[in-house]
Amino acid sequence: MGSAVTDAHGHGQAQAIGHGHDEHGPAKGVRRWLYATNHKDIGTMYLVFSCLMFFIGGSMALVIRSELFTPGLQFVAPNVFNQMTTMHALVMVFGAVMPAFVGLANWMIPMMIGAPDMALPRMNNWSFWILPVAFSILLSTLFMPGGAPAGGWTMYPPLVLQTGDAFPFLIFSVHLMGLSSIMGAINVIVTIINMRTAEMSLLKMPMFVWTWLITAYLLIAVMPVLAGAVTMLLTDQFFGTSFFLAAGGGDPVMFQHIFWFFGHPEVYIMILPAFGVVSEIIPTFARKPLFGHDSMVYAASSIAFLSFIVWAHHMFTVGMPLTGQLFFMFATMLIAVPTGVKVFNWTATMWKGAMTFETPMLFSLAFLFLFTIGGFSGLMLAVVSSDIQYHDSYFVVAHFHYVLVPGSIFGIMAAVYYWLPKWTGHMYNERLGQVHFWLSAIFVNVTFFPMHFLGLAGMPRRIPDYSTQFTDFNSIASIGAIGFGISQFLFIYIVVQCVRKQGAKASAAVWENPKGLEWTVPSPAPYHTFNEPPHVTAGAAFS
Amino acid sequence: MIRRTCLSVAGFLVAGSARADWAINMPRGVTELSAETHDLHMQVFYWCCAIAFVVFGAMIWSLIRHRKSRGVEPAKFSHSMTAEVIWTIIPIIILLLMAVPAAETLIKLEDGRKPDLTVVVTGYQWKWHYAYQGEDVAFYSTLARASADARRKNSGIDPFTVDNYLLDVDKPLVVPKGAKVRILLTSNDVIHAWWVPDLAIKKDAVPGFIHETFFRAAEAGVFRGQCAELCGMDHGYMPIVVEVVEPEAYQAWLATEKNTAAELASAN
Repeated sequence: MGSAVTDAHGHGQAQAIGHGHDEHGPAKGVRRWLYATNHKDIGTMYLVFSCLMFFIGGSMALVIRSELFTPGLQFVAPNVFNQMTTMHALVMVFGAVMPAFVGLANWMIPMMIGAPDMALPRMNNWSFWILPVAFSILLSTLFMPGGAPAGGWTMYPPLVLQTGDAFPFLIFSVHLMGLSSIMGAINVIVTIINMRTAEMSLLKMPMFVWTWLITAYLLIAVMPVLAGAVTMLLTDQFFGTSFFLAAGGGDPVMFQHIFWFFGHPEVYIMILPAFGVVSEIIPTFARKPLFGHDSMVYAASSIAFLSFIVWAHHMFTVGMPLTGQLFFMFATMLIAVPTGVKVFNWTATMWKGAMTFETPMLFSLAFLFLFTIGGFSGLMLAVVSSDIQYHDSYFVVAHFHYVLVPGSIFGIMAAVYYWLPKWTGHMYNERLGQVHFWLSAIFVNVTFFPMHFLGLAGMPRRIPDYSTQFTDFNSIASIGAIGFGISQFLFIYIVVQCVRKQGAKASAAVWENPKGLEWTVPSPAPYHTFNEPPHVTAGAAFS
Repeated sequence: MIRRTCLSVAGFLVAGSARADWAINMPRGVTELSAETHDLHMQVFYWCCAIAFVVFGAMIWSLIRHRKSRGVEPAKFSHSMTAEVIWTIIPIIILLLMAVPAAETLIKLEDGRKPDLTVVVTGYQWKWHYAYQGEDVAFYSTLARASADARRKNSGIDPFTVDNYLLDVDKPLVVPKGAKVRILLTSNDVIHAWWVPDLAIKKDAVPGFIHETFFRAAEAGVFRGQCAELCGMDHGYMPIVVEVVEPEAYQAWLATEKNTAAELASAN
């Protein structure tokens, strides 16, 4: 039990278990999931869904990497290849990474702020169940005449308007994903603002809660923008408007501005919660409080603010005025400052700690190193004249995969290993966890590091075949991708083993003296936690 | 199929480096601005290396020294205003040092005044059209026959036997050495992008709009690039070849092209 955090009543849980209609168990069978309003059940569904999408999106990535193993076309036609790149991105961004973080938010935010559940449980149910519908629609386009969308996940017109029958289904599924995200975000904000235990002031909130609060505001700000952009695509296609068609007086580049006004904050939506996860894990395993909690909050907020004024760095080649390019270059470089503060603060958290290296810590450390490499290439990409060379090359592919795979995905995996004992009441297999970590960490670099070289040497992204001088690094990357993909089955095995209670019993604290309210409840966490608001003692461990 | 794959794995392991160059860096290119861009790229890269040395160094030092297995007691500190101010200010200074040369190069990149000749480049799905402004010379440039044959799925032709596989065209863009060539870019259908790494040029060709870029090649030679903006099914098959020749050779080429055009016109 965390020393700084106590439940002053002591009897709160036991009393509730003994009597009262509040403490019923889950419903039986499929109704438990279909009608779920419990934050833990919904969190579980989000995480399982995300995992399924991770494997579907991953198999598409493996189609891509298999085709690119050697020059020449061996497996898929170019149009199918383009469908794979497009669907891989859509599935991974909207199906794997975002729902995983919402699942973690559902599970952990109420437990971290001492709330009994999310504030809006029925909306919570709806925002989850929209997702399987949205992705059934999206994935069904693979079997439609004309195939799945193949114009890239960025959906640039006029190309995206050449999509076959899949086009309206693409738009509708994006609308549904946006709807789900907005509702999830509203729920997170309302929960955090209203349902904190009385003694937890905003600046005493754990970093994971903080980063999710910021993320939720970003989601509410930008998902409607995406919805607007794709709606304009829809009316351009079917209702005779010309928002993005030059022939009718529109501007194709305007779509890119609107899309990236959504798209850049979206990048931070996918990484800020991972920042939060790492900020929880490193202090636990360094046995030392998070360095500069408050400045971490300010840094995350600054990153969120800056994310709204850098969108055009995704489009330095579209022919912008010089002043525009200068502005977006300087604003983008500025992001390095708060991001640097975060990296330095994590390092300072480790500094003079007493570290151990359990699996969640290993994933967090890999995050720290590899995300920073992604940050460096990001800084390089900010410089316009060099970016003109990097743009739409494999250098960019390397960059965003470094921040998304060992960034977001490793953050999610670290979080799962960290909180899994709390969820299941049992420890996962530490030895296998570490094997999974080393396989993932090695293969992720084998896959994505050579892509830097490919991009600099001149290989464009999104091509199904390439000139022979790019062969070697492509082959290496493909081998890495297959290794990475296979390694993830180990992850499933470890998690399933843990869920089936095949590990040692976990204590309430699980780790050695971790800070936070979630560690004050038993493991596994009871179906209902904190029916009475817990106390947070003065000098809270968080700051 | 499997045999081919095995062979190429073996080839990659044994002789891979022999037949393919291990280019790992941006080319220095053949224009003043491509060299400048390359130097800027290297400068920012070196800054990143220096920062990485310090940050990763501190992390690794900490990972080695501050581990529980060494019996250390964790320190208690959780903030330091001085440290945080320092690691906010120093990055800002480094960024300023980067921003100044970056802005200088960018300003030069945008100065397309006083071109010696102008070529209107139009993107099509999936080929390029070049029109020499003021001259009666215009033509399409498409993927060369040998590559087009070999690129078919399971064509049976080994791409390694094709010269400049996927980077060769039937008719290259020919420009004179030392001349400032202005490229006016547009598109007939979807967005394409015209990218030649050695000339440090990449610009989107947007339907309904004309964008401008330029280069001045200091060396003669053949420079290859590709469409860089996803433009549909055959996006990977619309290469760009720029042949930079001596000014006299360029004039001779231009005269031949004009004659051909005139002959074609009279024949019609």
